Parts: sequence; structure tokens; C-alpha cells
Amino acid sequence: MIQSSKRSPLTWLMHITVLFLVVIWTVPTAGLFISSIRDKDQLSVSGWWTALSVSEQRMVSRTTIPKEPVQENGLYVLKGNVFEEGKSGLITRFGASSLKPEAFTSGTKTELKKGLTLIVLENGDYVMTSPKAFKGRGKRIFYTAEIPPRFTLDNYREVLSAEGLGKSFINSLTVTIPATIIPILVAAFAAYALAWMKFPGRAILIATVVGLLVVPLQMSLIPLLKSYSFIGSIFGVGSKGYIGIWLAHTGFGLPLAIYLLRNYIASLPREIIESARVDGATDFDIFRKIILPLSFPALASFAIFQFLWVWNDLLIAMVFLGNSADELVLTGQLRELLGSRGGNWEILTASAFITIIIPLCVFFGLQRFLVRGLLTGSVK
Amino acid sequence: MGQLASALVIVIFGVLGCAAYFYGSNFLLDKLFPSKNRSYDVVARNLRITSYIRPWLFLGPALLALGFYLVYPVVESFRLSFFGRTGEEFVGLSNYVWLFNSDEFYQAFKNNMLWLVVVPTAATFFGLIIAVMTDRIWWGNIAKSLIFMPMAISFIGASVIWKFIYDFRSGDDPQIGLLNAVVLLFGGEPQQWITLDFWNNIFLMIILIWIQTGFAMVILSAALRGIPDETIEAAVLDGANGFQIFYKIMVPQIWGTIAVVWTTITILVLKVFDVVLAMTNGQWGTQVLANQMFDWMFRGGGDFGRGAVVAIIIMVLVVPIMVWNIRRANAEMEGR
Repeated sequence: MIQSSKRSPLTWLMHITVLFLVVIWTVPTAGLFISSIRDKDQLSVSGWWTALSVSEQRMVSRTTIPKEPVQENGLYVLKGNVFEEGKSGLITRFGASSLKPEAFTSGTKTELKKGLTLIVLENGDYVMTSPKAFKGRGKRIFYTAEIPPRFTLDNYREVLSAEGLGKSFINSLTVTIPATIIPILVAAFAAYALAWMKFPGRAILIATVVGLLVVPLQMSLIPLLKSYSFIGSIFGVGSKGYIGIWLAHTGFGLPLAIYLLRNYIASLPREIIESARVDGATDFDIFRKIILPLSFPALASFAIFQFLWVWNDLLIAMVFLGNSADELVLTGQLRELLGSRGGNWEILTASAFITIIIPLCVFFGLQRFLVRGLLTGSVK
Repeated sequence: MGQLASALVIVIFGVLGCAAYFYGSNFLLDKLFPSKNRSYDVVARNLRITSYIRPWLFLGPALLALGFYLVYPVVESFRLSFFGRTGEEFVGLSNYVWLFNSDEFYQAFKNNMLWLVVVPTAATFFGLIIAVMTDRIWWGNIAKSLIFMPMAISFIGASVIWKFIYDFRSGDDPQIGLLNAVVLLFGGEPQQWITLDFWNNIFLMIILIWIQTGFAMVILSAALRGIPDETIEAAVLDGANGFQIFYKIMVPQIWGTIAVVWTTITILVLKVFDVVLAMTNGQWGTQVLANQMFDWMFRGGGDFGRGAVVAIIIMVLVVPIMVWNIRRANAEMEGR
């Protein structure tokens, strides 16, 4: 490669350009992750890049009315803290009406209408007094607070239970694991036959597989939808279910699987296979005892591809799996939330992160195999 | 948990069933036509028969699945494109007539063409630039890994990530979307990017470019490493500078790989669906063919005829690449 001196301006330019590109490529995901662990009140009023700085928020809180009225010095008293449990901040201003939410500085005792008084301290403690007993709904207290940065897993807790993502996670696993294993098995045998067995029509079959590699899924959807409901009606079962989607993913994944594995198996040394044949081994024995162990890298590459593809798929899941809440896979659930919870970024960011965490782990853990698979798949 | 357990059982069942088929059928074949401890004639005949049958035992399940899930649907979609909404009454060319007279289709087609031009070009370009540069710096592998990462993220996940970046707050509310915050920083006016006519298409494309650049980078980087050192050394000796080496030596040498990357991304772009569905669902002039097809498949109970017509259009656009791929594969096999 080019031997350029380390300190040339071009090298510096290169470092800076790559750094710039890396930042652009990683910032979106980083923003998502940081947002997902921020407090939801902070998330909605300040950008995630300010997550570490103190944010100023205008909030409102409602006092609770105790069942037994508390009296001190002849006045009814209400005490409490404006912050919700587990939260804290520094109150700068407060007010008692939505028209003047910042009327008073914290710590000053103020007279309101009808003899009421209110004082809100910096730490959020308030005391409200009244000549008459408090009744009905609590009074509203408006306040402006400097809230320190707060990170929490509450968003995750909420989406995993209340928003049903935990269930979807299991659904995704149920779809993905068989849909990864079955095509490998089926494709490995076919790939061996196409690579090392002699039979009429082999060349045409290989060409067909290459052609099928690019057939758009969209072509298959309508006919399969029809076939599935036809088959479902024969057996008297619903047309949507796990077996259907496993087989669909198997069918759609097979061209790539056969192509990748055939390329790999065909490149194994001829001598090994020939000498096994001379020793009287049948093709089945050769496949089982020689080819399968030797093809492990190729099998792993395809397994990763197929896993990522099935896990990340939305289209096939939407068509071949029901759309009810307990049947949705993660991608489907995320799409649903995008529609129903469009503005609730704390829910969306946490959900999105849950859907991408497994692929990311697989990706960083097994990148080597993934790259190798990509290379045998396209550069040849 | 119960679901997970039953899933596990079905998984084991399915995989065992699959394995049992291969074991069983081969065992049966060897029992029916034994090739050991028989007279020479019988063994020769049996060997011939088994070698004739066995490939089909190996290929059987794969051929069935390919046939049912890919070959038959292509034919059936073509047939359905001449039939009405339920696929029962023959309507001749009227679906095609409808298609070529609908503004919706032209909009989607035009957008798809824009996607086809912009995304593969941009992803390949960035991929190539990054591949060349990361090969020359010591932390190149880390950089590559990070740029490759979006590959693992689902389109719908990526859509959420970018929708957050494009987020818009009206009035004086602080902007929590990164793009609007940056625009504001440079004194610009925050925009509702997703509804911005024409440019919203570009903003959707950026998502796919973001995902696909890593793919282009990995493949091109491997191809660049395959260029013999001598070629480049010779160029250096002749006094070529960095840019000349890049444009005159490297790019021509890996031209074939660039074409492969370009077509692979093209195929992907033709099928782009999730991103559009999640970001706009085709509103504000961002419709594309794949999303339109999905839409017709279910709109008002579903119109199979019109859905099939849109699918046929996507297929027709894919065919040239398919032919090119097959010819390339054939040439390769003859060379082996």
C-alpha cells in the first residue's frame, strides 16, 4: 500500500474525515440509547445532547388532601413535596395559577385569595394554610425547577411490561430460531448435491438459484396469502401461525443459503471427496462426516445472515402472522407503537433499543463470520 | 414461559423431522439397493440406480420450498394481474390500464427511480471513500466496525432512530430533534422535515444510505486489499500522487466489485418498504412501489389484481439485474 509519511497533511485530513464520518454514523444510535435511559419529563423538553447538564423545567403538581384535616395554630395546613417520588430538583420560582406560573421566588411566603397562603421551598417542600378545611380536589402548584440530569431504567420497565414488548421479544425468538435452523439444514444438502453430485439439469438448477436470489418478495405475497388461506381451510386451521412463517422464511432464505454454501462446498479440495468415494463411502456419509464439519464457517455466516434478516423482518411477519397484540413480533410491535405513541419518545426510544439490542450483540460478537459471508456472497 | 417451552418443542420437532427425512430416505435407498456383499453385476446396477436417485433426495426439500415460495408465486402473480380484486374474474388488461392511468403509480414510480439513482450511488461512493481511507489509518478497523454497525439494525428500528433526529417542535418549544437543533445553531429556521415536499424523499433515503454504506465498505475494502502491491508500487515509483493512484489504479481494478455492490444495493432499494411505511406511509409525496403494493394488498379488504400488477412492475425492474447475475455466475463456473 501507499507509504505516505505519517505527518503529511493528507494523512491528517484522512484522520479528520474518517473521524467525522464515524461520528455521523454512530451519533444517531447513540442519541437513541441516551434518550432511552433519560427521565421522560426531561426527554420531552430538552435534546439528548444536553442530557448531562441541568435542565430548567416548568411543571405542575397537585396537592393531596388528607382524609383527616390537620390543624396548626387555628389554621388548616397542607404539607407535602411537589416532586414525584424518586425525583428531585431545585425550585427557583412558583405560582398558584396557570396565568402566573412564575409569580414568586421560592422560599417566600405568599398570600393567595380567600386567606390562603403558600410557601414552596427550594427542595420542593410546600406548606399551604387556609382558614377553612381543604375540600375536593387538590390545589395546583406551578413551579419552575432546575432538574439535575437523571438516568433511569423506568422507560424499559414500562415498555417491557405495559407496552407488551416482553411478549413480543419471546414471539421474535419463537419465529427466528427455527427460521434460521431449518433453511441451513435443507440448503446444506442441496448445496452439496449441486456442488459434487452429477445429475442431469444441474447447471440449470444452479442458474435458477442465482436467478431466484433477486426475486422480490413482493411477487410472492399475494399468491402465498391465497395458498395459505386455502391450505388453512382444508385443514380447518387459521392461515396465520408460526409454522407458516417458519416455512416462508425458509423458502425466502434458501436461494442465498444454497448459493453461499454451494460456493463454499465447491471450493473444498476435490481429493478429500474422491478418496472417500474410493473407500466406498456413500454421498450421505461424505456429507455427514466430511462436508458438514468442514463447512462450519460458511454455515455460521449464513446463520448470522438469516438470523439478522428474520429478526429484523417486518413485511413477512405482517403478512403471515396475525396482527393481534400477543402475536406481534418486535418489529411489528415497534411499528404499532410508532403509530399509537408517535410523540412519546421515551417509549419509542426504549422499544427501539430493545428491538436492536440482540442484532447488535450478534453483530459485534460474530462480525468476522458476517464479513466472510458477505464476501463469499458477492465477490467471486 | 409456556409459549417459549412449546416453541422449543416445536423447534426440536421440526429440526428432528428435517434430519429424520434425510437420514431415513438415504437409509431406505441403501437398503433397497445394497452395494455390499452382492455379485458384481448387482452392485454395479445398484450403484448406478442410487447415484441416479440420491441427488434428488438431497435436493427434494429445497426444490419443493423454492418452487412453492418463489417460482410458483411469480407465475401466479403474473396470472393474478389479469384478474379482479378477489382473483376470480378475468378482467384482461384493465389492471394495467388502471395502473398506467393512475397518478399514484407515477408518483411511486418516480420516487422509486429517484431512490434507485441516489441510494446505490451514495452508499457505494461513501463505502469506497471510507474503505480507502480506513485502510491507511491505525484505528481503521474500529472505524469500519462502527460504520458497519447500522447493517444489523432493522429498517423499522432505523426509522425510529432517524424519526427522532428529524423530530420537529412547533413554536418556541426547544427542539429535541438533532437536525433542527443543528439548523437552529447555524441560525436557520426549524422545519418539519418529514412533510417537506420533495426533500422528504431525500431524508428517507438517508436512512437507507446510512444502513447500506457499511455493506459497500466491507466488500470494497476486501477488493482493494486484493489489488497487487506491485501495481501500486509501480505507480508510486512513476510519481503518481494519492488521488491519481485512487482514480487511475484502484478504481479501474475493482470496477467489477463496484458493479456487484451497486447492483446488490439496487435490488434492495427496489424492495424498500419498511422505511417508507414507518416514516410516512407514502404520505406527502413519498410513496414507493413496494409500499403501494402492500397498501393495495390490504386496502379495503385487499385488491389482489392491482397489488399483483404493482408487484409485476417491481419484478420487471429486477429482471435485467437477474439476467446479468445469471450470466456472471455461468461465466464463473465455466472458468472453474
